[in-house]
Amino acid sequence: MTALASTVDTRSAVFAANRDAMLAKLSEIESEHAKAVAGGGPDYTARHHRRGKLLARERIELLVDPDSPFLELSPLAAWGSDFTVGASVVTGIGVVEGVECVIVANDPTVRGGTSNPWTLRKTLRANDIALQNRLPLIGLVESGGADLPTQKEIFIPGGRLFRDLTRLSAAGIPTVAVVFGNSTAGGAYLPGMSDHVVMIRERSKVFLGGPPLVKMATGEESDDESLGGAEMHARVSGLADYLAADEPDAIRLARRIVTRLNWRKLGPAPGPADDPRYDEEELLGIVPPDLRTPFDPRDVIARVVDGSDFDEFKPRYGASLVTGWARVHGYPIGILANSQGVLFSGESQKATQFIQLANQSDTPLLFLHNTTGYMVGAQYEQGGIIKHGAMMINAVSNSGVPHISILMGASYGAGHYGMCGRAYDPRFLFTWPSAKSAVMGPAQLAGVLSIVARAAAEARGAPYDEDADATMRAAVERQIEAESLPMFLSGRLYDDGVIDPRDTRTVVGLCLSAIHSAAVRGTTAYGVFRP
Amino acid sequence: MISSVLVANRGEIARRVFATCRKLDLATVAVFSEVDAGSAHARDGDATVHVPSYLEGAALIDAARRAGADAIHPGYGFLAENAAFARAVLDAGLIWVGPSPEAIEAMGNKIAAKKLMAAAGVPVLDDVDPDAVVALPVIIKAAAGGGGRGMRIVRDMRELRQQVESARAEAASAFGDPTVFCEPYLEGCRHIEIQVLADQYGNVWTLGERECSIQRRHQKVIEETPSPLVERYPEMRERLFDAARAAASAIGYVNAGTVEFLADEQGRFFFLEMNTRLQVEHPATEAVTGVDLVRWQLRIADGVGLDAVAPPPSGHAIEVRLYAEDPARGWQPQSGTVHRLDVPGITAEFAPTRGLRLDAGVVAGSTVGTHYDPMLAKIVAWAPTRVEAAATLANALARAKLHGPRTNRDLLVRVLRHPAFLAGRTDTAFLDHHDVSAPLAADVNLAALAAALADAAANQARAHVRVPPGWRNVPSQLHRKRYDGIDVDYRITRAGLEGPPGVRLLTATPEDVVLEVDGVQRHFEIATYPEMVCVDSPLGAVTLVPIGRFRDAGPPVPAGSLLAPMPGTVVRIAVKRGDVVQHGQPLLWLEAMKMEHVIAAPHPGVVAELRVDAGQQVDVGTLLAVIAEEDA
Repeated sequence: MTALASTVDTRSAVFAANRDAMLAKLSEIESEHAKAVAGGGPDYTARHHRRGKLLARERIELLVDPDSPFLELSPLAAWGSDFTVGASVVTGIGVVEGVECVIVANDPTVRGGTSNPWTLRKTLRANDIALQNRLPLIGLVESGGADLPTQKEIFIPGGRLFRDLTRLSAAGIPTVAVVFGNSTAGGAYLPGMSDHVVMIRERSKVFLGGPPLVKMATGEESDDESLGGAEMHARVSGLADYLAADEPDAIRLARRIVTRLNWRKLGPAPGPADDPRYDEEELLGIVPPDLRTPFDPRDVIARVVDGSDFDEFKPRYGASLVTGWARVHGYPIGILANSQGVLFSGESQKATQFIQLANQSDTPLLFLHNTTGYMVGAQYEQGGIIKHGAMMINAVSNSGVPHISILMGASYGAGHYGMCGRAYDPRFLFTWPSAKSAVMGPAQLAGVLSIVARAAAEARGAPYDEDADATMRAAVERQIEAESLPMFLSGRLYDDGVIDPRDTRTVVGLCLSAIHSAAVRGTTAYGVFRP
Repeated sequence: MISSVLVANRGEIARRVFATCRKLDLATVAVFSEVDAGSAHARDGDATVHVPSYLEGAALIDAARRAGADAIHPGYGFLAENAAFARAVLDAGLIWVGPSPEAIEAMGNKIAAKKLMAAAGVPVLDDVDPDAVVALPVIIKAAAGGGGRGMRIVRDMRELRQQVESARAEAASAFGDPTVFCEPYLEGCRHIEIQVLADQYGNVWTLGERECSIQRRHQKVIEETPSPLVERYPEMRERLFDAARAAASAIGYVNAGTVEFLADEQGRFFFLEMNTRLQVEHPATEAVTGVDLVRWQLRIADGVGLDAVAPPPSGHAIEVRLYAEDPARGWQPQSGTVHRLDVPGITAEFAPTRGLRLDAGVVAGSTVGTHYDPMLAKIVAWAPTRVEAAATLANALARAKLHGPRTNRDLLVRVLRHPAFLAGRTDTAFLDHHDVSAPLAADVNLAALAAALADAAANQARAHVRVPPGWRNVPSQLHRKRYDGIDVDYRITRAGLEGPPGVRLLTATPEDVVLEVDGVQRHFEIATYPEMVCVDSPLGAVTLVPIGRFRDAGPPVPAGSLLAPMPGTVVRIAVKRGDVVQHGQPLLWLEAMKMEHVIAAPHPGVVAELRVDAGQQVDVGTLLAVIAEEDA
């Protein structure tokens, strides 16, 4: 037992100021979440209810086990776009009959549940999570198909939706489709490609072409029921495996299907877990609003890991990166956390060794981001910072154990890569409201542009317009600042959601549990290291 | 000398007799019927013998012979007052722990017994010929009956004929003798009885009276001694004792018996019947006298004589009969598994005590079926005064953990706390005149909330990851748990409990929940069983039936279906398939726990289906018949 001691003074003015800033950001996030929950708004919601139908989230609530957690993914998808926040689909990880599943539920109150480019990206992300973590996939389908004005962004990449389903099945990961309403044309392949299909009497409608299209194509007179009704599919075509009387009955059947999967997780079971010694509430007051002020990530670790128990690796070497071993909800993890923001050669080498050690012991890794990137400057270039940064990125890229990334503060430049940013396929990546991510800080980026412009003017022998420069720098700073904020990044699916820092332990625990549905195996195969 | 006793009975009385036998170092033999296999009384005996029925005398005697018993104690009910059985026991060379067959016979026929008693100078009510009734109300009784079975009160002359006929039919089927008689019915009277013990040498003890006026369906529910009525009239007790002694002596009575009287508020009393056996309510007398009546029964049977003077009673004792029944639904008997029966403060079981006594026929895990009386237990409180005894008993009952079939517990507590009861105004119509049907728990919703939160804690403990119950990163709605009649909407957030206004959640585990309501902490204990959730708290015990989130996908019940309202036996069927029936026409009769329930046509129509036969056992919810509505 190596318990961390907290350095946080919860009575200090700094703590109070940090906390206030964090709460203000959280309330902004919550109001964006509320937009996703509101879906198509009160009128469409009421109309949907009047038809005796359940909302997407009501379907999910009925599907998951009583009092079980539901980790919603990408709730802010499509934020900042022309489409409704949430992208007309709800995805997440829920527990159905004791089995952790990925659930994808169309929100039919938003433009009839049609898929826009963000819906597609959000759904594909959910499919990836199912495949990588070996989680059964349950689709609660009711969609009017593609959003036609944006079809060019959907049609071609959208084929992956169906490919994913059968690849999941081929990988031994069950797929269940519960068809609540329309699932026509291309959408018909959702049930078509699923292992298990539930349809609802007088509700489900699954056909390649509706009556008008059939009339145009062959002249045949037909109706919805004979082309794609639940009764027809259950009795005649055989596309439906189960015929439900109504929506709750369909959800009951989906739960029965999951029960009969006889699902076993492949990863090792967790050990016993103690709560951290420090209140997770205090996580609100650790990150300063100005990310130029560093904070000690051990204060975060002390409020996230079991018993605040943390065995630090190489504490005196490469001290700007904290590495060490701990457990979260009984699952062993290795943690890499930025301490002073900058990554030097030592930190990179330390990280590389640590990642290799985790792979030797099949231990998942948690990356806690607060980095401004790899150090620049002649001394560091000459010292091989590129080689060492590359080593770290090599190790992260080829590591076989599952990774989880949490962006607490800054996540700039190649530091974002080395710390297992989005492109490095962490199993899950969540953001705190205090986080920012971009190629570099807004002021730095604007300053670089200014220097380059000034140099160009000098080269031409032209006078440099200082006023225009100031205006340009301000505009660029504003733009970059806006584009590095969590809502913007989350809207573009660059994370799996923005979480309340106080939920970090819960979220990481749920992710680790989901991850352990698959086997956890390290690797010994890396790219060529340049020592 | 008796060395081994077979108790030809079941449940609490068998266990009661065994308890005394053990104190006297006597071996015990239990008998059990098919449905009682593994029951508490069967496990209590040193030896256990299966019998086809507690009514088969030959099998019982054979059991005694095989197990080496030399005496048979009949308990009460079954063959306890069957002279032929007593005679067969004696003929088999066994000791009969009870009065002589002749004494049983003398009291067996009510009409004859009344004549005998009148001749002995015991006050009796005049018989009325059922075919010549002139003044109402009257009560119709079976000549061979007992235990309140088949009694009918008639207040309207137009009903008399039909009531007499149905009483005869019931008497014939229940007792094998259709003879009935009528007596003037005393409204608002009291039931007073005298416990007697008589030895083989002519000594008769009168061990005080018991008042058993609180009755439902002519069956006693609360019994006490001394009687509040008798206490009011100084000489009444002696006159009752004299009458009881005269009754016992008139028939040469030996062993324990009870002489029952009806009394009015003026202190006049009339002989009702003599029970030639141990009574259910004998523990009340044991509490105030300290006498172990079963011990004396065995000693008297062994030829031991009574002391010259009976031990004097002191203090007050009240007994309640805890039944598995639903007072709110016509005292309908309830069946199911008794998961728990814990009464706090018990100082003795099956034995006299100056405290709280429990005589239970069931233990945790017992099944209450439909074959026998649904009494679960008797609880007896002794205290120096009546008010204290009532308070002790009410408190013990209210705090008892009774997990299983619905019981009359709340009603008993309400009676024991009722001002009229406490004032001693306890006539036989008490339950007709006082509404004591409300459940004790005033706030069932709070108990349901506690149950929901305990369930949430249990679900949390079972989860893959021990995160807060129902955790959501994007909350959209409250969680709902449904219990029969109550929906609980709640959510547990970082800030606390959301949902019911004014309630704070302090702690929740699967077994304990502490809520704060308007600044007052309330503690709930929750026990979860497959078919029910029991919530115990000082606010009153509540049993909830959880409703699943999904309907069971059973076949739909056709319109006009008649389902068995309770478990029981189909005794008669009056119609056949295809019969045209009128609204309210009786179709068949279900018997459950000494009561016949009519299943009548819900509307005019045709008997489309008849799914049961006479004699068939049915469970609650069994489809009995379908009445199709006739086409216009």
